[in-house]
Amino acid sequence: MQHYAYYAATILLDGVSYGMILFIISVGLTVTMGLMRVVNLAHGSFAMVGGYIAGYFTQRGINFYVALVAATIIPGILGGITEATLIRPLYRKGELAQVLLTIGVVFVATSAVSYLFGAFPYPVQFPDYLTRPVDIGFRTYSGYRLFIIIVGAIIAAVLWYVIENSLFGARLRAAVDNGRMARAVGMNVSVLFTTTFVIGCGLAGLGGAIGAGILSPEPSYALKYVVLFLVVVIVGGEGSFKGSFVAAMALGIIDTAGKYFYTEAAAYLLYAAVFVLLLWRPQGLLPPKSVA
Amino acid sequence: MAAMTDGKSDTKGLSPLALVGHALPWIIAIVYYFMAQGYLTFGTNIMIWMLFAISLDLVLGYAGIVTLGHSAFFGIGAYAAGIFSIHVSGDPILGHLVAIVLSGIFGLISGAMILHTSGVTFLMLTLAIVSVVFEWANKAKWLTGGDDGLQGMRVDPLFGIWPFNIFGTTAYLYTLAVLFIWFLIAWRLVQSPFGRSLDGIRQNPRRMRAIGTPVWWRLVAIYAISGAMAGSAGALSAHSTRFVGLETLSLLTAGIVTVVLILGGTRRLYGAFVGAIVYFVVQDWTAKQNPHLSEAIIGVMLIATVLFLEGGLMDLGRVGRRLLGRKPTDAA
Repeated sequence: MQHYAYYAATILLDGVSYGMILFIISVGLTVTMGLMRVVNLAHGSFAMVGGYIAGYFTQRGINFYVALVAATIIPGILGGITEATLIRPLYRKGELAQVLLTIGVVFVATSAVSYLFGAFPYPVQFPDYLTRPVDIGFRTYSGYRLFIIIVGAIIAAVLWYVIENSLFGARLRAAVDNGRMARAVGMNVSVLFTTTFVIGCGLAGLGGAIGAGILSPEPSYALKYVVLFLVVVIVGGEGSFKGSFVAAMALGIIDTAGKYFYTEAAAYLLYAAVFVLLLWRPQGLLPPKSVA
Repeated sequence: MAAMTDGKSDTKGLSPLALVGHALPWIIAIVYYFMAQGYLTFGTNIMIWMLFAISLDLVLGYAGIVTLGHSAFFGIGAYAAGIFSIHVSGDPILGHLVAIVLSGIFGLISGAMILHTSGVTFLMLTLAIVSVVFEWANKAKWLTGGDDGLQGMRVDPLFGIWPFNIFGTTAYLYTLAVLFIWFLIAWRLVQSPFGRSLDGIRQNPRRMRAIGTPVWWRLVAIYAISGAMAGSAGALSAHSTRFVGLETLSLLTAGIVTVVLILGGTRRLYGAFVGAIVYFVVQDWTAKQNPHLSEAIIGVMLIATVLFLEGGLMDLGRVGRRLLGRKPTDAA
């Protein structure tokens, strides 16, 4: 019996820490896709850039937390530039144009990092105390993954508080639920969009940096994992903050459990599950009110 | 747009000038065969991608189905042809037909399951399908060779006469013939009432449904036809290289074929020709300069096309004429 509880705890912790990474990276994408219905395949590039920046700084002996701050701010700034120059002309164009342009951004980002840092995985040097296992009562567990869970929980709590209780959050929810009406009552939805885009890219960078031990930075990162991030967004329901949290956790736990029990089939069972789920609920698990 | 509405005149009779225009790509392909004997493999590859891009044009350009999973068909066709040649028979025509049928059936079934959705959900479903197929092929080492790719393909001479040699002469002419046949089919298709109805569905599915068009069936049909065509391109790639790699099923492959099509221009079939040539020549050239740069250049080309040249390179003439202040004549 204790044996099973031990396995269950391992899968749960591994799954939750993986899910936290997915959540931190994808949450910005959820909100921006909910706000403007822009399909953004380039989101993974910002997470990749965050991972590379953290790797670059820590490999040169700079403090890990300084590296994390840089890995948040620089992708945020890059996100702002991308939004202003490339994404803004896309609002009125169809999905096809959005898909194509953002894939173009992925190509550029991929070749930029392979040009600057080489074609191989580029590790982040985590501080020693994170690489050691930690005693959590009934067993020892990876300090790194505990760190991810704590950071993820803090970010989720802060975001939840901001979205539920601040004026900014109220505006955001209103604009996601009914953008036209929000504009009609005088909200500046484009500014709201730019702000969330920048914050979302910053968070993606942070997620890419602290998640580098699980999703390692490499040139193919942006294309390889973007499907995963989009799955979180679409399964959770575009624009749904809670939905993306639930979806990220579910995805993390299901994927981890799959890797433990059905190593051979895990990868395609995950996508097959997504496929079935989307046929069953095309709008996602917890769509925002107006969509549901 | 006007090129679409006056499409009837294309079928009634062509002016001599238009006839020369339509013959031009094929003349170039034949001249290339005699002039560039050392680069036939390169030419074959370009024609395979032309065929693949035309198949995407049918669904994405004409029917307005925004998919990112088209590499699933290409890969299934390639693996079907490859596996057939190893385990059943090395006859290229037979293997090719098997690949076409299998990828067509896959298109029919997957299309029937997902084509009632639209927009981002549809896009995600296509991504999920291509991911499932990719990961499955990656794990099914006993059948596909997994990461190492499919090796040991046996390709018999074409019609028992012409062997697929290292110079690629047979592969080149064979690919050219297959491309020509598919092009004629696609050409007839987009001008038929069926093709016209796809045009209508792209522009306004609701109105088409209201006037009695079976929208879902039409979409499933074109999805299956396009899948069969993409599978045919995959089979050509398998037979001409005697190898099938896992990357035929990857998202990158789906991205590249979309780039090829968009660069050239959608909804004109010839766009695929222009796009494939430009893409592979540029890619070949930049890869020689700096391997890291080739992807960046493709990315920049894609971004520029979307922002400034919505109709693709085939639209350059029209854009130029507009800039010079002349009325566009739509002589597509």
